[in-house]
This record gives sequence, structure tokens and C-alpha cells, in this order.
Amino acid sequence: MLEETLILFRNIRNPDYDKSLKGYKKAGGLKALKQALEMQPDEIVQLTKDSGLRGRGGAGFPTGLKWSFMAKDTGKPTYLVCNADESEPGTCKDRELMLHDPHQFLEGMMISCLAIGCRHGYIYVRGEYWPSIKSLNAALQELYDDGILGKKLLGKGPKLDLTVHPGAGAYICGEETALLDSIEGKRGHPRVKPPFPAVSGFNACPTTVNNVETLTCLPFIVNEGAEAFKAFGPENNAGPHLISLSGHVNKPGVYEVRLDANLKDIIYDFGGGIPNGKQLKGVIPGGASSSVLTADEIDVTYSFDALAQAGTMMGSAAIMVFDEDTDVVKLLHRIVRFFSHESCGQCTPCREGTHWARMIIRDFLNGNGNEHKLKRLHRVGGNMMGTTVCALGDACGMPIQSFTTKFADEFRDVQALAA
Amino acid sequence: MLALDTQKEIAQLLSRYPIKRNALLPILHVVQKGNEGYLTPELLEEVAGICEVSQTHVEGVISFYTMYKLEKPGKFHLQVCTCVPCCLVGGEELLEHVEQQLDTHAGHTADDGVFSVEEVECLGACSYAPAVIINEDYHEQMNPEKLDRLMDELRTQGQAHA
Repeated sequence: MLEETLILFRNIRNPDYDKSLKGYKKAGGLKALKQALEMQPDEIVQLTKDSGLRGRGGAGFPTGLKWSFMAKDTGKPTYLVCNADESEPGTCKDRELMLHDPHQFLEGMMISCLAIGCRHGYIYVRGEYWPSIKSLNAALQELYDDGILGKKLLGKGPKLDLTVHPGAGAYICGEETALLDSIEGKRGHPRVKPPFPAVSGFNACPTTVNNVETLTCLPFIVNEGAEAFKAFGPENNAGPHLISLSGHVNKPGVYEVRLDANLKDIIYDFGGGIPNGKQLKGVIPGGASSSVLTADEIDVTYSFDALAQAGTMMGSAAIMVFDEDTDVVKLLHRIVRFFSHESCGQCTPCREGTHWARMIIRDFLNGNGNEHKLKRLHRVGGNMMGTTVCALGDACGMPIQSFTTKFADEFRDVQALAA
Repeated sequence: MLALDTQKEIAQLLSRYPIKRNALLPILHVVQKGNEGYLTPELLEEVAGICEVSQTHVEGVISFYTMYKLEKPGKFHLQVCTCVPCCLVGGEELLEHVEQQLDTHAGHTADDGVFSVEEVECLGACSYAPAVIINEDYHEQMNPEKLDRLMDELRTQGQAHA
């Protein structure tokens, strides 16, 4: 029986936990920040590199390496912007951290600010998350009142300010350069890279963008050391990981796992299996943009590398489960409708492609599909991949291509039923 | 002219950013909230002045994001999620139910301005689906009966305040 590892959720799973600053300190909080203050910025970066921490936002890029790219001695301020624009369908893990243990996340953010020499960090929270925004603002107020944030970090360190910045409803702002445009006060359009944010980010200053869960790993890494973090999970997939489980399972929820858990066990042990004794039809393993897995493909280790080998990805670790009665054509329509709605409109293949794909799937739903259209749908998906400024084109192309390949017969059934 | 409280909040927001334009999104939220949940051309002009950008820039921004409104929403604005995880567990049926109960369609206001309904994409509450946001609060693992009860309570509240 698979069990939860409790590192990031150590406090959250404790029913008596008091999430205020007082409660966090009582639970051993802020020790890591004190220790980090005694360290040189480069030492924190090296420690993070050694820990093997990879970004939890979707791309899995090594965090310490990302920090080491920051342009130095530019004469400009450097910024840490936290990406809390959790909007990949299926994902709801960061909000657990912001709502129920904001101080652990903020401690991680303060340590990370020290590592890259940031004096004012911003937390870009998606606009719909008002409860999370309120929770973070209350926690920040406590940190200012206690003299931890402000002119001198912890009363003896450098100046550090943190500000919560609400978004306003746009999936694309989870893409780091669109997020930077958005926080600058513009429409959220992904930027052409290079230059990368580490050279020219927020207001053209060196900037690192990190996800909430990524930053929340920092207190543990500083307290327990790189090796302890690395010891969790298989090689190259270090540390605890939060997964968001949703769809047709008996116990949907956010769970903390090691990355050597099996996807099947996650669904049947944590999720409690499929409701009403139904059979599993498929799983979307890493957010709406990941390639779908059929029921007989789920015996796979849930890690960055193993899922990539299985032809899909871990993405934001959002697992959406669907049972035998699910209309797969309708499901793909929902996914593509989402991307069509959220395309920023900057690049033609994505703006037009997501719309065309949605129209073709609608033809199937209306009984007007045929073999020719199925092929065209697959091709439109392919044409969006790798042809756009950001990854939204790929994000829509992957589900289209995997659904039309793995569930091609269901598209044919829809048209047969209609005929 | 903006209310004194709104002006204070705006000044506080401006102090948190290196340049005034950076505070545009949060300022628009504050101004919208202070004006019964929607923005007017006059308010956009005022915000443009505060953030030192053109009014066209502000209009471009509000049309890009889904949360800024140019029409007055109901006293209680319902955002019903019909994205993938919510859809798998009854989000669509929930939206249909609300539309029937209020005898309206998503995108409209009903019940003499007490409620307005919007169909939205992912709200980020996927493990607690289906989810509905009413004004700023999340209501999770909803079903038609739970939502009916909630709306009855709100309707009574809305009328009491009217």
C-alpha cells in the first residue's frame, strides 16, 4: 500500500497545526532562513544544485542551474518572481501550500531571494485565487510586523520586500515570459527567447521565475542538506512531489509522493480506485497538455524520466482519471476548447490551429466526422508543435495527437453511431 | 472621481513597484471592486492617468484578461467551471441546472440583478471538482442540491440588502 511522504505537507497533514507565524515557528519554521543568512549566495545556489531539485511548474528544469544563469554585475536590480499562476487544468497543488501553510512557502522564497540577491520579490497569483491571495497577504503582514521582512531581513540581513501580485484570468500568464509581461502591466504575451529572463526579465532586469512548490522545497534542503533531499526518489528525480489527483477516482485530492511511486498505485491506493465499480479507460498523467495514457499503459513509475520514456510527461503532476463510460471525443473537445480559449493570439499556428481543431472535433460530435477529418485533426495538432513562440501550441498538439492515435476507434464509432 | 478608500489602496499599490505601469492589473482590480464589480470608460481613463499609460493600453489589457468586466454583474456573480476535471464529474450538468433555475444563459444577469452566471475554464480546484466561485469565494464538490440551497440563502441576503 502506497503511503504519503510528508515533507512539504508535514504541517498541513497535522490536524493541530496553526498556520500563523507563531504556529510555524513552533513547528520549527524559520530555522533554515537563519542558516541561509549565514551562507554566501553562491553556497545556497551550489546546495540547491547538489540537491537535484527540479522545477515543479511543469518543465522540470534544474532550479540551482537556473539561478546560476542570473546575469551578474549589471548595475540593475535582480528579481525573483514566484509563479503562482496555477492554471494547467487538473493542477491545484500550489494553492494547498498557499492556503494552508503560507509561511513554509514564504520561507523558501526568502531563502531563494538571498541566493540570487533579490531585494524585492513578487508572487504572481492567479486572479481567481482570492482565498490564497488573502492567506499570503495575512502571512506577509505577520512577517513585516515581526520585523522579519523589510529594511533588514530578520533584523540583520539585507533589505527584502515581498509583494503579492494578482493576475486577472489568463492561462498563458503561467508561461514565464508572458507572466513577466503581465506583471509589468501589459497583455500577457510570451516573449521570443533569447534573451532569457535571467538576462532580461521583469522591467528588463535579471529575473528568475520559480514555481511555489519549487520554492517550498528550500527550507528542507537548507535544514537537512542536499543529500537528504536527493535520497528521496530515484536518481535525477529527487525530492518529494505534490500530485493533484482528479476525475473518476473515489478519493480525489492533493498527495505528496516520492517519484518512485507507480502511477497505478497512485490511482488505486491514494485515489481509492474508480467509483461505482467501473473500469478505467485512460489517464491524463501531467496536466491537460500531456499525452494521454490508456488503461493498459498505467503500470509506469511516476517520475519525470519514466513518463518521458512512456511518451508523455509529468508536467505539473496533475493526474486526471477517466472511466469506461467517458466519451473520449467530448473529453478531447473540452481540452482543445480550453487551449483555443487561452491562446494569446500572437502566433498563427496556435491561434488558428486550436480553433480549427476545435471545429473539426465539433464536427465529430455533431455526427459529421469522417476518416479524412480524423487525419486532418491529427495533422493540425502536429502543425502546432514546435512552430510557436511558447509551448501552448505543443500543449494543445500533444493531447490531439495522442487521443487521435490511441482512441482513433472511438472517433470512428462516433461517426458510425451518427450514420 | 475615485472614492478616498480606493485612492489610498492605489497609493499603497503604487509604492510596491518600480514603475507605475507595473501596478496596472492590481489597480484595475481595486477600482473594479469599488465600482460594483465593473469598469466604465471614465474609470479606464482615470486608471490610465494614474499608471501613466494611454487609455488604449488599458483597453487592450482589460480585453485580454477574463476577470475585468465592462457590464455590471449581479450582486452575486457565479463562475461555473466546465473545464476537463469539473466536466468529468458533473460541471456541465451543474451549469445547465443553474441556467434553468435562473431562466437565463451563461453571460447574463438574472433575478433583477441578484445573480449573474459565467461559464469559465479551469479554476484550479480540480481535486475538489466541480467548483463554483461566487464573488471571491470557492464552493467545491458542488451538486445541484447544494448549489440550490446556497443560492436560496444568497437570494434572501441580496433582497435584504436591496
